[in-house]
Amino acid sequence: MPDLSAYRFTKTHEWVSKEEGAGEVVVGITDLAQTQLGDVIFLELPKVGATLTAGTRFGSVESVKAASDLFSPVSGEVVAVNEDVASAPELVNSDAQGKGWLLRVRVEGDLPGDLMDAAAYDSFAQADAH
Amino acid sequence: MTEVMKKVPLEARHRALGAQMVPFAGFYMPLHYGSIRDEHQAVRQRAGLFDVSHMGEVLVSGPGALDFLQRLVTNDVAKLTPGRALYTVMCHPDGGIVDDLLVYRDEDGYMCVINAARQAADLEWMRSTVAGFGADLTDVSAETALLAVQGPRAKGIVQSLCPTQDLEPIRYYHHRRGDVAGVPVRISRTGYTGEDGFELYADAGQADRLWSALLDAGAAKGLVPAGLGARDTLRLEAGFRLYGQDIDEATDPLSAGLGWVVKPAKGPFTGSEALAKLAPAPPRAFVGMRLGPREIPRHGYPIYQGSRKVGEVTSGSFGFTVGAGLAMGYVEPGSSGEGTELRIQLRSDPLQWAEAPTVALPFYRRPEG
Repeated sequence: MPDLSAYRFTKTHEWVSKEEGAGEVVVGITDLAQTQLGDVIFLELPKVGATLTAGTRFGSVESVKAASDLFSPVSGEVVAVNEDVASAPELVNSDAQGKGWLLRVRVEGDLPGDLMDAAAYDSFAQADAH
Repeated sequence: MTEVMKKVPLEARHRALGAQMVPFAGFYMPLHYGSIRDEHQAVRQRAGLFDVSHMGEVLVSGPGALDFLQRLVTNDVAKLTPGRALYTVMCHPDGGIVDDLLVYRDEDGYMCVINAARQAADLEWMRSTVAGFGADLTDVSAETALLAVQGPRAKGIVQSLCPTQDLEPIRYYHHRRGDVAGVPVRISRTGYTGEDGFELYADAGQADRLWSALLDAGAAKGLVPAGLGARDTLRLEAGFRLYGQDIDEATDPLSAGLGWVVKPAKGPFTGSEALAKLAPAPPRAFVGMRLGPREIPRHGYPIYQGSRKVGEVTSGSFGFTVGAGLAMGYVEPGSSGEGTELRIQLRSDPLQWAEAPTVALPFYRRPEG
């Protein structure tokens, strides 16, 4: 389990992690999301250089169970796509909030204020499940 | 409102193994024990153990048992000798499918194995049509457990638990009474995965012992417990229809590509007149379609030929062994020839299409030997 203090979460079950002072963030889907999706078969992800807008669709994830859209937690430019996930999508199932990261994104300034920390996301997810 | 759920005898076992349990046909059943992909591949490459005790079993006995079954189902039960099984459907008078089922012949009667979701409807239908035949129906579903061991190593695993009985003479769609791990069972060489394997019918009270013995004996040979998720992707690759998805009361066996289980020559049966009328030109045709590795069709997706909608997907998923999206569904008869260039609409916003040429079923055939 990685240290989640630098992680923030969306209501659409993506996470973003930002280190202190860094101009880049890492984006992925939450462990809860992968559990609910089941076996990930492939992901449709943007290319390096693409521009993301917070709250808008940037790709999709297809599992045995369903196709789900992915929504960006941040606005910025994609600087890296996780090639390991492209060739081994099961990484998203085994380590969604670690090795199963999806994108590195260059952002300006702070993260959007409407993102949740780990504790808030847990409460949100529990309320959402009932 | 709370639906009262029935329990398969091994429910606690599945939970203890970490299964994700889902409601299915009134039971909590294991969807998977971690990964559908891993369980699917284990069955293709090694072996998997499925608990399918939710399936229903109905004994048919009495002097009129054969006559009753000949009237009830479309296939020819008279050809069934003791120790053999056959796949068939039973129809309404209009030709709509009540259920698909297996019929086993014993020395002293028959056993029908029916879908769990259809158990109540089937029994009602059978009981309403049995009068006058001199046949007795006994529902033994609740006291019968059914475990399926499937995969290239299934035979070795089951054989290791019944040293006094050679399994080799039990050919595909044959069955015999026997003893597996000291549990009296019906050993049936059948399955729903496209692999070699056995289905073992046992008294529900013995399910735990049988399950444990199979898991223990199979562990060293790579056997894993497998859930309904893998069962579905495996049966799709094998081209098996699923009741409630591919076939139902609004579909007939001829349109469903199940004409091989309809035997008009045996004499009249329920639905035979309707099916005889449909036979020259069934209204729809059931086809398999193969998509790309990043295109996953799902139940209900529309099928087009050119700009015209010609049908809908009834079963769709990813074929882990085939490595492609796979679909089955009904299309207009003129669009069903092998190699027809069909397209499936994967999503509407943004609009996305997949080329989906028709291919012969099954999508997957196990290697010989």
